[in-house]
Amino acid sequence: MLLIEDLEVELAGKKILKHIDLEIKPGETHILFGPNGSGKTSLLMTIMGYPQYKVTGGKIMFKGVDITHLPINERAKLGIGMAYQRPPTIHGVKTHQMVKICAQDREVDVLELARRVNFQDFLDRDVNAGFSGGEIKRSELLQLMAQNPDLMLFDEPESGVDMENISLVGQTIARLLQKECTPTDIKSMLQVKRERTKMGLIITHTGHILEYVNADKGQVLFDGVLSCSDNPRGILQCISEMGYEECVRCQIANN
Amino acid sequence: MPNREQLKQRALKAVNKPAAIGTDIDLGQFDQSPVEHRPLGHDELLSLPAIEKQRLLMAGIDVTESERSGTYIQKDTSVVRCGTKQEGIEVLPIKKALEKYDWIWDYYWKLVAVDADKYTAAVELNLHDGYVIRALPGAKSIYPVQACLYLDKQNLQQNVHNIIIAEEDSELHIITGCSTSPHMTRGAHVGISEFFVKKNAKLSFTMIHNWAEDMAVRPRSVARVEEGGLFLNNYVCMKPVRSLQMYPTTHLVGDNAVARFYSIIVGSPGSEYDVGGRVYLKKPGTRAEIVARTISNGGKIIARGHLIGEVPDIKAHLECKGLILNGGIIHAIPELEGHADGVEMSHEAAVGKIAAEEIAYLMSRGLSEDEATATIVRGFLSVDIPGLPPQLKAEIDRAVEQSDKTVM
Repeated sequence: MLLIEDLEVELAGKKILKHIDLEIKPGETHILFGPNGSGKTSLLMTIMGYPQYKVTGGKIMFKGVDITHLPINERAKLGIGMAYQRPPTIHGVKTHQMVKICAQDREVDVLELARRVNFQDFLDRDVNAGFSGGEIKRSELLQLMAQNPDLMLFDEPESGVDMENISLVGQTIARLLQKECTPTDIKSMLQVKRERTKMGLIITHTGHILEYVNADKGQVLFDGVLSCSDNPRGILQCISEMGYEECVRCQIANN
Repeated sequence: MPNREQLKQRALKAVNKPAAIGTDIDLGQFDQSPVEHRPLGHDELLSLPAIEKQRLLMAGIDVTESERSGTYIQKDTSVVRCGTKQEGIEVLPIKKALEKYDWIWDYYWKLVAVDADKYTAAVELNLHDGYVIRALPGAKSIYPVQACLYLDKQNLQQNVHNIIIAEEDSELHIITGCSTSPHMTRGAHVGISEFFVKKNAKLSFTMIHNWAEDMAVRPRSVARVEEGGLFLNNYVCMKPVRSLQMYPTTHLVGDNAVARFYSIIVGSPGSEYDVGGRVYLKKPGTRAEIVARTISNGGKIIARGHLIGEVPDIKAHLECKGLILNGGIIHAIPELEGHADGVEMSHEAAVGKIAAEEIAYLMSRGLSEDEATATIVRGFLSVDIPGLPPQLKAEIDRAVEQSDKTVM
């Protein structure tokens, strides 16, 4: 479980997240909405542990451990992983090497994983070197598949992805988050669902991802404040009809 | 020996002539007298002390000789092993060649000027030996030829002259390592190398340097590449050296000739490296690429590159990237010189540090900060070199791997 309590964060001396409370239970996936510059990526980077995002108040608990001040790699070891929107290029490190790095001590069939996201032709290329927007998303998903974290943070996973690949990306995320589950002879659907452990937090602007991932909850981040928590489809509909202007009113009403 | 006397006369006039660039070395402080070592058989090579074998291995020398077409090993001033296993590939000591063959005079001092500086002069006036490696027309080396110039005697100045010839349509791969005995700390190495790549021939030359901390090293090399020829020159130096200066020059004299230089240098504290590559593009369709990756770990590195396009329809690119990890200096000096309309020349130079964003990215995949840094450094030093045989790629990778410990 991820539990964030009264979190305050500064970036370069400026307060960018205020009084954030968020709880993601095992098996749950949340969608994070919000206009540009509202702090969505900052929230993900803070959970991942990027040191430039300075926590000035509150705490982050994951699996019962206070991770508020843990370094990035220790959070990764605890089971937090992220699919970045604009990851850096690592020159001289091949994508297949990167997949192995993600897998750590686990044995993985790199080629087989790559096939699942149609990325086998990129394995010998330097990580992210000259990748298009869509290629970056698939590369990030490939790395997450190898890393297999319990909490997955997705920063706009569908942006820049062409129509042909959008369902591939959507379905891969759904599978990673155990949202595509089927009952078995021994276990009912309810049992299978109850045993899900993967948690997700997905930033989206367009909401396309909702067509593939059955998200449990939606949150709106507005000006550094989580202003709304509701059914994600309801939020998406509200935003597309009334825009984020309505969030301002909700926020005022909240206070 | 028609003009040997003339060469000596010219050399004599240059004995005190300082080099155009680089710290001036007082050669008088070293001993140049010959040091006798007896030849080594294959079995003796295999039964060398482990520590010496390790030194050879680090310089790319395979003592089993199994994946090598030929071997040349010179210890101090004596040739201790010289031979070839493949028809069409010749390996012989230059002193023997000068005594026995007239053809050597078509190559000897034809590219490097004997009176270029005091170092070239010293080699002619007191030649210890060196190798002649030749691929006959159409011959293709299955495995690389290995050559090693080894220094064992403290305070020795080793003077060598090498000639490498890839005849028409041949393909020759050479790995050459320079190394010192574990106990040796101080000395000098002065090496002349002249490369002849004839029509449609392909020559790859991979040099790995493993010097001692108090060594002065002054290689002088020039290559000439004819029509359709390819000269691939790789240089790796991961170890300390007091002072190393070289500026190998290549002349692309035939249509569509290609030269590619790759160098990987890690600069240790107290060491000074002044290295570079210079390519003259003299015929249409010629191409040149110079790629340098340098890391300063407290040393001083001057990375030069000079491309001279003399005619239209040439293409040349220079890439020089440096990382300063633990102090020191990296001075990149890229030069482009276009002498005609229609040349296409570019360069890219950068000196900096490892981006924090890259470290964080790798850490979020589970690596510790040190592991992430090492991964990025290894990636930085791993240059894709098209056309390099797998054995040589493996040797370069091994040298780079080994340096991880030094860099971190």
